Amino acid sequence: MTELAETPSAPAPSLTTRLELIPIVLFAAFAAAPLLATSSGAEGYVLSLLTRVMIFGIAAMALDLILGYGALVSFGHAAFLGLGGYAVGILASHGIEDALIQIPVALAGSAVFALATGAISLRTKGVYFIMITLAFGQMLYFLATSLAPYGGDDGMTLSSRSLVAGSGILENDFAFYWVCLFCLLGTYAFSRALVASRFGRVLRGTRENTTRMEAVGFQPFRFQLVAYVISGMMAGLAGCLLANQAEFVSPAFMTWQRSGELIFMVVLGGLGSLHGAIIGAAAFLLLEEFLPEILHAAGFFLSEETRSHLAENWKMVFGPLLILVVLFVRGGIMGLLRRPHHG
Amino acid sequence: MAEPLLELRHVRKAYGALVVTDDVSLSVEPGELHAIIGPNGAGKTTLIHQISGTLPPDSGQVLFGGEDITRLPMPRRVRRGLARSFQITSILPGFSALENVALAVQARSGSSFRFLGNAAQEKALNGPAMECLDLVGLSPRAYVPAGLLSHGEKRQLELAIGLATEPKLLLLDEPLAGTGHDESQRVVETLRRLKSRLTIVLIEHDMDAVFSLADRVSVLVYGRVIATDTPERVRTNPEVRAAYLGEEELV
Ligand SMILES: Nc1ncnc2c1ncn2[C@@H]1O[C@H](COP(=O)(O)OP(=O)(O)OP(=O)(O)O)[C@@H](O)[C@H]1O
Ligand SMILES: [Mg+2]
Repeated sequence: MTELAETPSAPAPSLTTRLELIPIVLFAAFAAAPLLATSSGAEGYVLSLLTRVMIFGIAAMALDLILGYGALVSFGHAAFLGLGGYAVGILASHGIEDALIQIPVALAGSAVFALATGAISLRTKGVYFIMITLAFGQMLYFLATSLAPYGGDDGMTLSSRSLVAGSGILENDFAFYWVCLFCLLGTYAFSRALVASRFGRVLRGTRENTTRMEAVGFQPFRFQLVAYVISGMMAGLAGCLLANQAEFVSPAFMTWQRSGELIFMVVLGGLGSLHGAIIGAAAFLLLEEFLPEILHAAGFFLSEETRSHLAENWKMVFGPLLILVVLFVRGGIMGLLRRPHHG
Repeated sequence: MAEPLLELRHVRKAYGALVVTDDVSLSVEPGELHAIIGPNGAGKTTLIHQISGTLPPDSGQVLFGGEDITRLPMPRRVRRGLARSFQITSILPGFSALENVALAVQARSGSSFRFLGNAAQEKALNGPAMECLDLVGLSPRAYVPAGLLSHGEKRQLELAIGLATEPKLLLLDEPLAGTGHDESQRVVETLRRLKSRLTIVLIEHDMDAVFSLADRVSVLVYGRVIATDTPERVRTNPEVRAAYLGEEELV
């Protein structure tokens, strides 16, 4: 038993260390970005775009926790973005503007919603789980549209970003950027620890074979429910940040399209690696942002008129492009990064 | 005699008009190796499903250690010491052989609601897991992803996982099915060693293995137990011969 400790647990440790490079490079890039933003001349634009990327990175990672590690396809995860956002908006409208109160309330709200809806949804499997999470998401969406005192369909504008212990430091775009990066790093580190822990190992086991897990004495439901709650809370945090980034909340935060986009980000980046979800969110949002320009540039051999048509109708290219990635790049972007090392 | 470890009372299960378990009453004494034999489709696996909690019986009772567990879900039964293996291999293909077994150790040692600490590095889990792998002769393959093991090795892994739950009663559904000659010899030897430590219910088509290992044999035909006796007497039981085994097979 003592020699056990010395035996290498992975056949190729170099592979694992090489893969660790990806998150390191990723976070280094996020840390370096503000410096580049300053020199780019379009500082505000770059910062706000990257802040959005990080916020959606948190939300996509939250989804990856249950989708990639638990095989639970939640089609209603945008509801938690909405919960987080509305917690900030509603509290602010009542004069409670401090994030130190708003965030705990948002997290608690997300946890309660996740616990209640998860306890019901997780009793179903497969496509029924997808449908019921979608239904719960829609329920919350319609609730938000009917909240007349808080803007109803139109949503509401925040008078300012949240305070932090009374200080308005988040009004500074750089400070807000660093806070978002800190949240991203924190949730990433937490999630990494989580999936490697005893709890995470049970969750990963239920993904592979629920019957086997029951046959060694685990009750998968409990683990899935706790994972669902944790994931919901993380997405709720992303919602708080998103409301602050946009300085606005509306039911659009939690449309089913948004839930679908979150799933897309996770699949695009590669399921079950956490940083893959962040990369997926980045790829999705940056592509959405720059595809018109890319198309315009790529069509240099076409007439000016066709080029601008192409750029205007970029969504016609965006959709098929996403489909192609899913079809041909198994494992998403992470799969692509991993592949060359294998052979 | 001490009270039976496992007792089935008038257990019945039907799929539509097909009665798969027909008023089965059976008791398994502590420490014995109780084999259940019967032709294909006799209802052996279905019976194991009902004992382990994979399927509920339509009527009747399952008692374990004197307590009624008929309505207890499978994980709770496992925690009471009732483990099973599957006829169709059921493992976690993406986990290493060691981790497959370590998870079973984890299930019975402390809470699994621990969110920090790397489970794969826990010596308290890997140590006992390695011992179980050793017992079935799979320790050299501990770090191989279970999905890449040979069919015979997967069968051995199932056995190791079952052992790692530290069962009082182990239900084995054809542990030798599809294993090569050497592997099946090894499994038989393993079972022989385990016999002294725990109670085993063994379903097996390999008659040499059954008659060399079993203390008692029950014969199941069309969902009914037609005989429960020592291997010698089952071998010579005319009803069993008539109903089930080709005469030459038993001689
Ligand atoms: N879910 C089900 N629905 C309908 N019939 C079933 C179902 N499961 C099993 N059966 C039938 O019940 C009978 C008993 O099946 P079972 O798998 O218990 O037999 P067995 O004794 O384990 O056979 P084998 O030796 O081939 O493993 C078979 O006729 C089978 O077709
Ligand atoms: Mg069977």
